[in-house]
Amino acid sequence: MAEEAQTEAPTPLELLGHAVASLLGVRETSIRLGELTAHADRDGLAALMLTLRDDPRFAFEQVMDICGVDWPERAERFDVVYNLLSVSLNHRLRVVVTTDAETPVASVHGIWPAATWWEREAWDLYGIIFSGQPDLRRILTDYGFEGHPLRKDFPLTGYVEVRYDEDRKAVVYEPVKLTQDFRNFDFMSPWEAITTLPGDEKVQASRAKD
Amino acid sequence: MSETAVIEPGTSTQTVEIDSHSINFGPQHPAAHGVLRLILELDGEIVERADPHIGLLHRGTEKLIEYKTYMQAVPYFDRLDYVSPMCEEHAFALAVEKLLGITVPDRGQWIRVLFAEITRVLNHLLNLTTYALDCGAITPALWGFEEREKLMEFHEAASGARLHANYFRPGGVSKDLPAGLTDRIGEWADVFPKFIDDLETLLTTNRIWKQRTVDIGVFSAEQALAWGFSGPPLRASGVPWDLRRAQPYDKYAEVEFQIPVTRNGDCYDRYLIRLIEMRESVKIIKQCLAKMKPGPVKVEDRKFSPPTRAEMKRSMEALIHHFKLYTEGYHVPAGETYSVVETPKGEFGVYLVADGTNKPYRCKIRSTGFAFLQAVDVMAKRHMLADVCAIIGSLDVVFGEIDR
Repeated sequence: MAEEAQTEAPTPLELLGHAVASLLGVRETSIRLGELTAHADRDGLAALMLTLRDDPRFAFEQVMDICGVDWPERAERFDVVYNLLSVSLNHRLRVVVTTDAETPVASVHGIWPAATWWEREAWDLYGIIFSGQPDLRRILTDYGFEGHPLRKDFPLTGYVEVRYDEDRKAVVYEPVKLTQDFRNFDFMSPWEAITTLPGDEKVQASRAKD
Repeated sequence: MSETAVIEPGTSTQTVEIDSHSINFGPQHPAAHGVLRLILELDGEIVERADPHIGLLHRGTEKLIEYKTYMQAVPYFDRLDYVSPMCEEHAFALAVEKLLGITVPDRGQWIRVLFAEITRVLNHLLNLTTYALDCGAITPALWGFEEREKLMEFHEAASGARLHANYFRPGGVSKDLPAGLTDRIGEWADVFPKFIDDLETLLTTNRIWKQRTVDIGVFSAEQALAWGFSGPPLRASGVPWDLRRAQPYDKYAEVEFQIPVTRNGDCYDRYLIRLIEMRESVKIIKQCLAKMKPGPVKVEDRKFSPPTRAEMKRSMEALIHHFKLYTEGYHVPAGETYSVVETPKGEFGVYLVADGTNKPYRCKIRSTGFAFLQAVDVMAKRHMLADVCAIIGSLDVVFGEIDR
């Protein structure tokens, strides 16, 4: 569909993109790889989502997925991504809002009840807060787990490990001990970074003179 | 809930007696289909509230994938829904191919459709028979598992592994089918509808089976949409929606098949849908076998797919490509995609964010059963305790994918 964008008549996806872009609270829309994405303002999210569900032009009956993405170097580090689907009009839309660890995002569980567990998951794994969500319990991690494991600053190996202690007859939690460090290789090719080979400095110097 | 409130005149004290108790259903319960811990609040034997606790099989797949190259991430998908492994790989392969902008050769696409449908039969056989087992019928499971063995032999012949296939790769499939396999699949496809007939004689008109499933766990089309349903449970509620038809991928646009839809949205209809889907899958399998032509099974570009062993013995270039692919892997251009496939359970999606390196920046797995399990509370309300087994069985939940 992306290739057809050059022709004069707009594709159905482009028309949908224009319609979504005209809604209140939508900052910008883009079509990449044949998928429509709308970046929205956090404040007007609930009203926007209600329009997207109820307006017959959009008719997004289903929220298929809500998830977080962590960009720690940004001021508002989290993206909250909503993947919507309309089965009556057969189109999809991705709505993206940004937030940080303190600012809540309005919950959409009143619009699509399916959102509850996806929001619980985003809270559990990223620590994204959803305002108006009555059931913001952890969902995937252990009972009594601390931290938000899918954040980029959370180590892959975690902080605690669990084993059954025969003497104490109980499951115990201990700080994680690694016999070998986790190996995370740097795959940026050395041939692109090194401009001078060792022992080859003279050639480089004579080249600089020319 | 039977409550008796006694308010004495002139006083504000109030005595409330609630005859309710909560029980743990699972995590070690044969009808929980894995490690589901379901906390049921009961009023006598009537379910008032069901609170599923999940995550007992959480392995941090999404986090692990962020530390693996794209090719190393594929086997994790087998281990999500271990009943339909190849369909899960399919979603990831499509997502990576979309970001890379590569197209799989025809034969590769046909093999994928062929094995996606074999996997569908494999999944439905397990689901229907264990679902019947939960409701007290033992024979279907004994018969169905024998049929599953035949299908897993096809998996093994193609990929080398019965369950965790690692067969669908970004760019095609790992290797071509061995000689004679298509004939064996064709022979199986000729006799398999007879097995479905036999299975139907056991269940479809069975009085006990119908008593356990008809009008149990009824979900309307509006409810099913609102709760994010897809696949057989959505079609059982009367919504004609199948991604293979609505948003076809690979060669699904070139095969003919029917999409069963029923109206009642109860456990019995969900059973019927899967039964008919198996017959349709056999039709698709036969069409794949007829339309498949010899040719390459993966993209020819050596920057994405590894060279053959024979080539590596002669060509230095091939050796370098092999080494680079299996250590560094390929770099995927920055971008994001939400790619979906119709797995036997429903819509399975991969939201993949690439940042231009050789590892995914974020790989969100949209598991089908997650949405189904969330609705168990609504679906099981005011049902008997024994109906919870039928409802969970009819939803086809597998905890590998729900817990991730």
